[in-house]
Amino acid sequence: MSQKTEENNEKKTREDNSRRDFLKLGVFAAGLTVAGAGLQKAFSEEKETGEKVKVLTTEGKVVEVDTAHIKKAEVCCVSPKESREGIPNKKWVMVIDLSRCKHALKCQHSCQKYHHLSGMNVWLKVFKMQESENTAPYWMPKPCMHCDRPPCVKVCPVSATYKRSDGIVLVDNERCVGCRFCMAACPYSTRSFNWEEPELLSETTGETYSPERGFPQKRGTVEKCDFCPDLLRQGKLPHCVAACPNGVFYMGDMTEDTVTNGDETLRFSQLMKDKSGYRLNDILGTHPSVYYLPPVNRLFPFKEPVAENSDKEKKAE
Amino acid sequence: MKNETTAVDSVLMNKYEAMHDELLRPIQKTGLAGKIWIGFLFCVFFAGVFAFYTQETKSKYETISLNNYTMWGIYISNFVFFVALSLVGALMSAVLKLTNFEWYRPLSRIAEVIAVAAIMFAGVGIIVAMGHPERLYFLLTHGRLQSPIIWDIVVIITYFVATSLFLFIPLIPGISQLSNHLKDKPKWQMWMYKKLSLSWRGTPEQWKIVKRCITILAILIIPLGISIHTVTAWLFASTLRAEWNSTNFGAYFIAGAFLLGVAAVIVGTFFFRKYYRFEKYLTDSYFDKMGKMLVFLSGVYFYFNINEYLVPAFKMDSMHSQYLLDEFTGKDAILFWLVFLFGIFVPAILPLFKSMLKPWPLTVIAILVVIAAWFKRYIIVIPGLSHPYLPIQNVPHSWTHYVPSLIECMVVAGIFAAALLFITLFSKFFPIISVWEVAEGDGVSLEKINLLSKKA
Ligand code: SF4
Ligand code: SF4
Repeated sequence: MSQKTEENNEKKTREDNSRRDFLKLGVFAAGLTVAGAGLQKAFSEEKETGEKVKVLTTEGKVVEVDTAHIKKAEVCCVSPKESREGIPNKKWVMVIDLSRCKHALKCQHSCQKYHHLSGMNVWLKVFKMQESENTAPYWMPKPCMHCDRPPCVKVCPVSATYKRSDGIVLVDNERCVGCRFCMAACPYSTRSFNWEEPELLSETTGETYSPERGFPQKRGTVEKCDFCPDLLRQGKLPHCVAACPNGVFYMGDMTEDTVTNGDETLRFSQLMKDKSGYRLNDILGTHPSVYYLPPVNRLFPFKEPVAENSDKEKKAE
Repeated sequence: MKNETTAVDSVLMNKYEAMHDELLRPIQKTGLAGKIWIGFLFCVFFAGVFAFYTQETKSKYETISLNNYTMWGIYISNFVFFVALSLVGALMSAVLKLTNFEWYRPLSRIAEVIAVAAIMFAGVGIIVAMGHPERLYFLLTHGRLQSPIIWDIVVIITYFVATSLFLFIPLIPGISQLSNHLKDKPKWQMWMYKKLSLSWRGTPEQWKIVKRCITILAILIIPLGISIHTVTAWLFASTLRAEWNSTNFGAYFIAGAFLLGVAAVIVGTFFFRKYYRFEKYLTDSYFDKMGKMLVFLSGVYFYFNINEYLVPAFKMDSMHSQYLLDEFTGKDAILFWLVFLFGIFVPAILPLFKSMLKPWPLTVIAILVVIAAWFKRYIIVIPGLSHPYLPIQNVPHSWTHYVPSLIECMVVAGIFAAALLFITLFSKFFPIISVWEVAEGDGVSLEKINLLSKKA
């Protein structure tokens, strides 16, 4: 009995703290409100400003570049080697609230756009799920699970895919030999292969490659959802989280026990308790970093998007 | 008494001398049929090279039928087939040699050359499947020991070295004979024989070394052979895919490989016998024995198949059910049952009839077994990929079912041609039956064997 009160007390204080804790994550949330604008600035067609500055390249040469490009370099400057270290003292976690998903696909579109993905490879899939005939269908967005015991990492022969201290699993396409063993090993059908010269390569030519953002893509290598560590480094939310109009995705840090979808910031453990969070196919022992909240008390009724689907299929054919 | 032995000896000696001369015939001269055959293989091989070039320079969506769901296709299943085939070296030569199955001696070189060709081109089969073949060396510079691919590479390379030596070392006494006996051969060829014979003179020490090497290799090759195929099975069994998630896989693959190996030796023996006119040495009795081996090994393979299919079929859990139903009665059923019929039932039952143990019928059976074995690997690899845990949605229709493209078939055909070319050319440069081993098996002493090689 007393133990229980103690537990309750503890919970209370934790809840009290939650607000203050969230100030810590404030950067995060604030980054988010401007995220729309900020991201647009950072990624949309960058107009040359005409202003040139001198910079030192990695080879030690001095070159003159437009200031517009400087900004880009700030967005991503983590080399493949550095990208093997996680962001210090973080353990990223994502929560996907299935009760809020109405298949708007904004997450997917923004992911595809900002990662310059061609039509065939989709990093963030949205499945129509239905466990059995008599159960209700629901939409399930599915990024990479960033498994804590990742089967893909286990099988990679050259360490082209790796697990970092902050929980993120990345692929380095300068290392990948294209054996596709990781694709066979991933039980979540997460990974895609660049079967051809990436379609949107021209958009990204000249960009420095970093596994942290996954482009420019390379033919003959594997790619997948990366949790947008380049954004996380700047205290911004991943593209899918920021793009979802319904706040389906929450991103957060396990060490701070907080997650946010941009509008609200919650205690991760409490959220799991209150809404019976679960992980996908946890029975496989992969220990995913993505948690789901079951599709109960839904915001939207389930509706098949007839037109859109056939559109997509046509495009894909 | 003594006189009697010498009489027997001289009869034997005459026999081996005749055999020796006859075995040189295919090396001395290549007939029209042989030339056409070699030319044909070269054409298929170059077509394969061209197909590979096309595949690497064009979009793989157009050239090959693989996709993000079926990411491994016939390149990988063909790789498994070749690895299985290479096991023949371990089974036929090593096991039979160590267990004193003397009858096997004339067939050992055929088995070894098949094994070396198979393991060599299994490696090539992996390279054509890679996204970045030019990064192959990363496996050495960045290899990570916990990946089953690294285990596979390590055992394949070791096995390749061991089988090559196992082919080469018994050849040394034979090579020295070649340089004495062949006429009108280009200089480089004679030079090659000279170098390869490693200044063999047939001294007792040399014989001792050769014999010891052969024994050591024969022992080594058995665990190596078992490892290569077990580890290859683990490439699949070590993933979480329900269809491959089986502890039976290693043994199941090995059993299949042994069956395939015997079938391949039957086919090889038949064609060498027929086209090199070696009926005198590769007699009907070998077919009789190998037919019986087929029956036995099909039984063993059948047992592992039962384990592999019946137990999951009994449980029908939702992870397995779709895949099993597809194979038993669904879209893969025809192939599945044909493979069962020709891959297990035919070789298990037909050779029980005496008339089927003759070269012709048995070779037909063996060819069927080889073809079924190729498709068996196909139905292990490909349907194993088409039932992931999460649904396949919003993808082009072609992604949901895999049919190998023309380019893929051409590349695989090219690999086959290259392997056959290797075997054919080998038999054009070296005797395909090891005379001294056969003679030794008949009890001829080493000094006599030495005499045989000196005769010019
Ligand atoms: S979901 Fe797949 S790709 Fe992502 S970490 Fe897990 S096994 Fe690897
Ligand atoms: S395809 Fe690339 S990332 Fe995947 S296992 Fe092979 S080398 Fe590693």
